[in-house]
Amino acid sequence: MSDVVKEPSMLLQKELIARNYDAITSSRETGRKVSSTFVPGNLNELLLCFGIVNNLPEINAIQNGMRKLSGDYIMTAEKSGHSEDVCTYVKADIGMMGKGNIAPNGKPFPNPDVLLLSYTGCYTFMKWFELLREEYKCPTLMLHVPYEGDGQSTKNMRDYIVKQLKEVIIPGLEEVSGVKFDIDRLREALRNSARAEDDLVWVLEQGKRTPSPIDAYFGGVYYIGPIFTAFRGTTDAIDYYTALRAEVQARVDAGQGPLMPDGTTLSEQKYRLVVEGPPNWTHFREFWKMFSDEGAVVVASTYTKVGGMYDLGFRHDPDNPLESLADYCLGCYTNRNLPNRVEILTKYIEEYQADGLLTNSIKSCNSFSAGQLMMMREVEKRTGKPGAFIETDLVDPRYFSAANVKNRLESYFQMIEQKRRGATRAA
Amino acid sequence: MQCFIGIDLGSTTTKAVVMDENLQVLGRGITNSRSNYDTAAKVSKQEALIDTRLTLFRRALADVPGAAGQVDAILADLERNFRHIQFLEQFDDLEATCIGNISGPRFEGIAGAVRDVLEETFRRLRDRSAGLFAPGARRKSDFFRDLAGADFMQVGEAVSKDAGLPFELVLNLYDKSIIEVENRPPAGEMEAKFLRALEAGTMDATTIAAPVQAALAIPLEETYVVGTGYGRVRLPFPKEHIRSEILCHGLGAHMMYPGTRTVLDIGGQDTKGIQVDAQGIVENFQMNDRCAAGCGRYLGYIADEMNMGLHELGPLAMASTKQVRINSTCTVFAGAELRDRLALGEKREDILAGLHRAIILRAMSILSRAGGVKDQFTFTGGVAKNEAAVRELRKLIAENYGDVQINIDPESIYTGALGGATFAARAALN
Amino acid sequence: MTASTEAIIAHCQALFDDLDFSAARAWKAAEPGRKVVGFLPVYAPLELIHAAGCLPLGIFGGGDRMEVIHGDAFYQSYICRIPRSTVELGLTGRLDFVDGMIFPFVCDVIRNLSGMWKIMFPDVWTKFFDTPQNFDPEVGGAYYAEELQEMREGLERLTGRPVTDAALRTSIALYNENRRLVRAVYDFRAEAPWKAPASEVYLLMRAGLLMPVEEHNEMLAAWLAAASAEDRPRRDNVRIAIYGSFCEQPPLNLIKSIEMAGCYVVEDDYALVNRFLTEDVPADGDPVQALALAYLTHSVETSCKYVPREEDKGRFHIAQIRKARAEGVIYASPSFCDPALLDRPMIAHRLTEAGIPHISFKYAENSGQMQPIREQAGTFADSLKLWS
Repeated sequence: MSDVVKEPSMLLQKELIARNYDAITSSRETGRKVSSTFVPGNLNELLLCFGIVNNLPEINAIQNGMRKLSGDYIMTAEKSGHSEDVCTYVKADIGMMGKGNIAPNGKPFPNPDVLLLSYTGCYTFMKWFELLREEYKCPTLMLHVPYEGDGQSTKNMRDYIVKQLKEVIIPGLEEVSGVKFDIDRLREALRNSARAEDDLVWVLEQGKRTPSPIDAYFGGVYYIGPIFTAFRGTTDAIDYYTALRAEVQARVDAGQGPLMPDGTTLSEQKYRLVVEGPPNWTHFREFWKMFSDEGAVVVASTYTKVGGMYDLGFRHDPDNPLESLADYCLGCYTNRNLPNRVEILTKYIEEYQADGLLTNSIKSCNSFSAGQLMMMREVEKRTGKPGAFIETDLVDPRYFSAANVKNRLESYFQMIEQKRRGATRAA
Repeated sequence: MQCFIGIDLGSTTTKAVVMDENLQVLGRGITNSRSNYDTAAKVSKQEALIDTRLTLFRRALADVPGAAGQVDAILADLERNFRHIQFLEQFDDLEATCIGNISGPRFEGIAGAVRDVLEETFRRLRDRSAGLFAPGARRKSDFFRDLAGADFMQVGEAVSKDAGLPFELVLNLYDKSIIEVENRPPAGEMEAKFLRALEAGTMDATTIAAPVQAALAIPLEETYVVGTGYGRVRLPFPKEHIRSEILCHGLGAHMMYPGTRTVLDIGGQDTKGIQVDAQGIVENFQMNDRCAAGCGRYLGYIADEMNMGLHELGPLAMASTKQVRINSTCTVFAGAELRDRLALGEKREDILAGLHRAIILRAMSILSRAGGVKDQFTFTGGVAKNEAAVRELRKLIAENYGDVQINIDPESIYTGALGGATFAARAALN
Repeated sequence: MTASTEAIIAHCQALFDDLDFSAARAWKAAEPGRKVVGFLPVYAPLELIHAAGCLPLGIFGGGDRMEVIHGDAFYQSYICRIPRSTVELGLTGRLDFVDGMIFPFVCDVIRNLSGMWKIMFPDVWTKFFDTPQNFDPEVGGAYYAEELQEMREGLERLTGRPVTDAALRTSIALYNENRRLVRAVYDFRAEAPWKAPASEVYLLMRAGLLMPVEEHNEMLAAWLAAASAEDRPRRDNVRIAIYGSFCEQPPLNLIKSIEMAGCYVVEDDYALVNRFLTEDVPADGDPVQALALAYLTHSVETSCKYVPREEDKGRFHIAQIRKARAEGVIYASPSFCDPALLDRPMIAHRLTEAGIPHISFKYAENSGQMQPIREQAGTFADSLKLWS
């Protein structure tokens, strides 16, 4: 693999992540408590209040996917009785345990002190932590976030979540950490969150420009890194997003496209896409290259909303701390019903002036995937823009067929091109 | 003259179409894709150019009073002789390659004897070869591999036995060499071979020599070549000469039937549903998902499992009186499902009828995914030749989409290449 | 009541086979203003639907008798079968008489199907029904009571009639009766499995999801009376429990094949709905509170419900196995079923700890190949006999 060219914000993020892994792996020496929790609906501000270090198994699975370790882990889990049909994040996590549970910094992960089961938008989360709980026998705190089946949250849902925060989550975290809950500490963290969220939204919305100075999918997964994980609510996150914003602003001023891993900028943009679904991590750069080689840039994506839909206006609110955490959990992308997801995608196609919707359907993730074919059809109908469908997996290298994906992408791009020419000829 | 060529590199066969500047098809060629796409592309192109020559002969002969009413016979004669000459040339190459491959410790002390056996075998086969190209002879396949291999086993074994040598030694040489020869495009000028074919012909050369030679003198200029198909990325073509098979299929179907709005193609590895507009521009498409269930290859597995030829499946299924319901089109389980059914006492034709329906049901889902079926509907690909599959498709189209005109062209295997050639012509002419 | 088990089961089979739901259509046509509300696995408060004067109709996929074309167009190859056939039922007009659809919380696939239904059938009252995963009456209970109340109001809007507490109490009593009879059938089978073949009990339960509860109660009582009176040959079969089959249902042939391979099914989680609540729901007091509390405190353990305490995982299964005196467990789950397959290793561990032999396999509602199933079940039966 050739050297990857990184922007300052990426280096900053790398350092943040490394520092967090060090905090996790040194927790036995420092006496800090460690929680495991998920990205969607994560309660990082709350964990900060108790000084608990946040370890996110999804992020570990992604790290292992990008470092080509996940295939081996998945097979280890399957050998021990896990079905080949189920989520490979779970199996990569469980397989990693079977192989010594080594963190990306080379040190072993400590056992978690608490499993914070913030159960938002994905059924598998519940089973994942039941499986980990069986292994670690540690306290497990379930926060049930009801699904927005009718397209919006209700007072009952919000009350239910706030009540769980008060009755289950906060007392549970107090007990694990030995720290008394201080709502002002929470307010401070939420204030930090909102500031970083403002800058993130500004960055994501630059995808509306032509040329787009960002890639909202492949680049986007870097942009969301800090705010989706252990840094939301910290001043580190504020600094990161300030730096990111400055970088994007510089590209806007220079009329440049996003920076590619090879150091070039994708300024000649032939196709503007909206992408639905998570990326594949095992062949991330190869996958990205299939787009950039064709001059395709992603102007908006839904994956960058799984950890919060800030672009639709939500901000963490220090004046209504618990209620705002509840609203945050309810509003994450995969907790929204399909009609709502269709509306969001339609809006993206229109507002970001995209050529069409590309769905990367992920085998592991039924929460995203079940119904995507109907969503695509519906978005096509509403926007008149053609959609395309490819299939990969999160971290299972066996499920990435480069030839297959490339074939479909090329067909799609050529179809857009041909339609465009047909339209100009007719005009 | 200007020639616009489309080459469709499929997973099993490679097709080429040659077109003139009036978008008229001049010639078509097909070959097996082998492991070497580059050669497959060259061979199919050459075959299409040979076919183009035949078309030019036909045009030339149309004005020759003495040939009136005999043009078909004359052309058939010319082509047979040409094929025979071409075959013998490749056959000589095969013999030389086999002999050249006699080396290594296993041939120590017997190299001469092996060489004798090979020469005798090839001599006998060469003598027989005229029969393969005699008027009215039926050949199972025109691919060199199949023609050369047809009698080799029988003759080679007999000759080896007489010589007291293990046939296995000879067969190994053959297997190794056929791959080498197959991956070398036939050498020599096509024009010279046609001239030799003309001389070897049974027809009166005085009437036709002049027009045929005149047609041969027309230079075939490869003005623009477009590659498509699953193997297109392996073609040594610049990017602008490559089009996706979806686009080529859509346009090819449009060229065959300008009223086409929906195209279904069932190929070896994938199934495609394509919607095109009145200009043949693709509006939408869907392919089977990662799983290749229900594609043409599935029938291949079934044929292997039943020890039958692929082309025999359809007719047998047509004999069914009681279709068995098959719910899985998974290629991995095809054999197991089949054995299970046979063990239950189901009849082969009834199971086959069920299997054909299962494939078409999958295709119907892909069509549904691509936005349904609009009038007119064109069915292409290898499976379009299978009458049992076509019967099920007609039934299901009628049930689900009503009265829709269904087009099936006997040359539908060339749809992608035809689209490619059209793109080539457009690229050069516009 | 003099019907034979054969006649009763034939009636059930006819209902089960009828993918046009003629009986439910006839029920609806019998009186103007009647509404039919469909529900998917695995649990829905049928009492509410009944109290609203509607027919609750179990929509449990298309089985192995339906060709799926348009349903497949919406799903990738790695998604289970039940949503495909359900969509096919909808798009082919077989559910055009259904006025409401309830999609209970089973998994993300069924959850998302609720949204698809809203898009595809905008005139149908469609409800995703999210049961609580917090079992504290003050927390999950309060939330759930309110959800039930919202569903009640939805039904009221659908029918244009109020759902009174009195009607709800009557419905609860009827369903209590149904639960008692269902338990009696299961107990009867555990006592004398040769008199209650698994496929017959299965049809008896599935038929109950396609008819008014009053009729089903009569049917269950009649079947119990007839089955007790009948003598059937007893075979040297082992006794097993089936788990993992709560959502997408196996083909009937699969259930028969297990029995033919030498296993009496004495406990199962097929189509759980009518056994989801394990005790009577109080028919006095606030009926909504009663339903909510019953769910929190007296309902089965199944993969789509969170188990708050690690030590309780699988406990319900083991208790049921012991009660039914099953000698082993077949964990039979649909392919690509997240709940069942993610749970499988944990349940398997608990069974192993308890010394209960178990095997597992996967199926689809349209599985055609029974040979591997017969072989596995037969081998399992033989091994259980060897060990006992």
